[in-house]
Amino acid sequence: MHVGLQHYLAVSFLLFALGLFGVIVRRNVLVIYMCLELMLNAANLALVAFSRFNNNLDGQMLVFFTITVAAAEVAVGLALIVALYRKRQTAHVEDLTTMKL
Amino acid sequence: MSDVLFYIFSALALICGVMILTSRNPVNSAMFLVLTIAALAGLFVLLEAFFLAAVQVLVYAGAVMVLFLFVIMLLDLKVEERRKIKVLAVAGAVVAVGTIVAIFVKCLHGTMLSAQRAPDFQAGTIDLGKLLFTHYLLPFEIVSVLLLVAMVGVILLSKKDLK
Repeated sequence: MHVGLQHYLAVSFLLFALGLFGVIVRRNVLVIYMCLELMLNAANLALVAFSRFNNNLDGQMLVFFTITVAAAEVAVGLALIVALYRKRQTAHVEDLTTMKL
Repeated sequence: MSDVLFYIFSALALICGVMILTSRNPVNSAMFLVLTIAALAGLFVLLEAFFLAAVQVLVYAGAVMVLFLFVIMLLDLKVEERRKIKVLAVAGAVVAVGTIVAIFVKCLHGTMLSAQRAPDFQAGTIDLGKLLFTHYLLPFEIVSVLLLVAMVGVILLSKKDLK
């Protein structure tokens, strides 16, 4: 069967589902963050696929901005995780149950 | 030929996605995420988004994942020791993710998606640049301010004592 838009969308939402499953199930803070990035990448793939099949460059523009904002967000999120690790000495989500410093 | 390449890249991306979930060591998870990003860059090339594929490899695999690996090495995380797996949590996750996948599948079946690629697709870097600096000028400037704010925030968050 010739590869069409639905194949790319299927790959995109399978990756998204895998990322979502990882965010819910894993208990290491960094691995949760990595699965979040996987979800972002799945959305980027869907955007590029739609852009190609509808002959519209706006999808690729949005992916450009998404990659940039994701890079900034990763920097800030990792700074937060490092600060949290310095305070609590743990990277396990189950130990981080209180918001008290 | 491009069909075969699509199946190869998407199989690589999905298998590495599963390996991210099931690795005990966070460094292994990071490596598999790098491979997933590279496979997605291959899929971008198949979708004729060449500039985005290059940006994906340079920025995502080359900067963001390196930052991740720096932080993992900095925190010096050991292999995750086996805590008791909460069956209820995993069952809840399966239900939630299964529901979302079912919604997606239902959406895909219900619509008539054009399986044909649009014929003359102008997606060179020149066209992207023209679009970026005319229609998307305001988001472009805002993103530059956002990057500055992120940098200031990171420096402030990593200070030991906030004086």
